[in-house]
Amino acid sequence: MTIVTTVKDLEALTMVVVAEFDASIERVWQLWADPRKLERWWGPPEWPATFTTHDLVSGGESRYHMTGPDGEQPGGYWHITEVEEPTRFVVQDGFTDDAGDPVPGDPVVMEVKLDEEPGATRMTLTSTFASAEQLDEMVKMGMEEGLAGALEQIDGILAQAA
Amino acid sequence: MVVDEFLETQADRVFHALADRTRRDIVVRAMQAPNSVTELARAYSMSFAAVQKHVAVLERAGLVTKERQGRVQLVRGNPETVRRAAALLEQYEALWVERAERMRNILTTG
Repeated sequence: MTIVTTVKDLEALTMVVVAEFDASIERVWQLWADPRKLERWWGPPEWPATFTTHDLVSGGESRYHMTGPDGEQPGGYWHITEVEEPTRFVVQDGFTDDAGDPVPGDPVVMEVKLDEEPGATRMTLTSTFASAEQLDEMVKMGMEEGLAGALEQIDGILAQAA
Repeated sequence: MVVDEFLETQADRVFHALADRTRRDIVVRAMQAPNSVTELARAYSMSFAAVQKHVAVLERAGLVTKERQGRVQLVRGNPETVRRAAALLEQYEALWVERAERMRNILTTG
């Protein structure tokens, strides 16, 4: 089982993540469609996610919150579009305010594609950020520290400038 | 996860600076070679004043440095800050590596 991640480029602020799972396409789809399963992996152990509303259909609206170590509960929403079960859907992922309403601003757009292979499923996720500021917010939302991987374009420029 | 307040402001500045396509392009250009503000204005068909504003935002974020050499203002990319911006994208990448791992656990344990 491998995970291959590709960062598109800093200019487009798009990232593609590819992961392979030794499971049927229906089971991988259920990881996204079943809120009780989704809650088990969306947030890390230190910031578990709770989906209070979730329906993986075109026009579906989800509401979730993360719970932090000090009890803080930042909230988010998903606006789900273009569902083609079990192979593809598009999610707009944004923050909600204390009242549970979407905060004005651009959501992150994620496209999820599942491709069936013999005995395995490949998940291709493409995230598009409206701005680097937005990316910063996502990272600050209680997520992991740790730097990994190389950013091709930046590395190339740094190598040229060296 | 605890971010020093100073660092957090700096990160905000960096991301505000990079949120504009022209500014991102200026950083790329300035990393490859020092560019005068005049050269940049020509490259983007923009007024000198407009480019200066962009450069000021980038300078404040530490992404470029500006140095006067005689009558010319030279803009240079700052690799250290650019690296830190790249690191944030890497953190997002790491986030998905962790998520895929948790997904895998659910698939194997049911």
